[in-house]
Amino acid sequence: MERIPIIKMAEFLLVSIQVDMHDKLALTLQDDLTNQIVKSHARGVLIDISSLEIVDSFIGRMLANIAAMSKVLDAQTVVVGMRPAVAITLVELGMSLTGVRTALDVGRGMDLLREALGAPAGVEANGVDANAQD
Amino acid sequence: MRTLKTEKLPVATSEDVVAVRQAVRTQAQGLRFSLVDQTKLVTAASEIARNTVLYGGGGIVEIEVLENSPRRGLRLTFEDHGPGIPDLAEALKDGYTTGTGLGLGLGGARRLVNEFEIRSQPGMGTWVRLARWI
Repeated sequence: MERIPIIKMAEFLLVSIQVDMHDKLALTLQDDLTNQIVKSHARGVLIDISSLEIVDSFIGRMLANIAAMSKVLDAQTVVVGMRPAVAITLVELGMSLTGVRTALDVGRGMDLLREALGAPAGVEANGVDANAQD
Repeated sequence: MRTLKTEKLPVATSEDVVAVRQAVRTQAQGLRFSLVDQTKLVTAASEIARNTVLYGGGGIVEIEVLENSPRRGLRLTFEDHGPGIPDLAEALKDGYTTGTGLGLGLGGARRLVNEFEIRSQPGMGTWVRLARWI
């Protein structure tokens, strides 16, 4: 069966959507990701959509569902790499992707995930805890 | 107004929806639509094609390249013989859905094109025509 690959890296799951997905494939990805979060105890999910030429209401809903389900399962989702033309079209279509965290690229998305999990973004622990005064 | 090119495609499965998106993209590129205009038209086509599959029980789409000197455009006509839409005004409102969608399909698609026309009668099917000009 046709599937979008999910890569496990440390406590994160990484997905890069490289094909024009039909609806069933999108639903399969949604199910696979939800199962993988539980199975691998992932704390974060990063979805790269930089190859997607369109995001219509169905794909938009899939992204929102994944974000909502991962939240319930104690994981964070970040969607990265949305093309400008896709963003313009999505907003005009009436989808604002409320509840979906986004970042411009994979690097910033990973920073967001690490931040959300309490580690300072892009900085190795050096004995000085920036949050110590909280 | 002259028809320069015409193409008919089946719209019966979720794979067909992908094929429609790709055919519309190819024609829009051929007409040198801007990237944003291509994305808007392909997204609108995807929404209507999905409706044809899910609610119309499948149908066909005619893709026409038109010239209305000095302008050129793409016109898409979707037709199914499904149950039809009882209340069109209601169906065009954001948030209206009889299925599992978000209800952004029809109203959203209308915002993404220059011309939008829909005809439907209960029991007789649905006919939707969209056009975008360059």
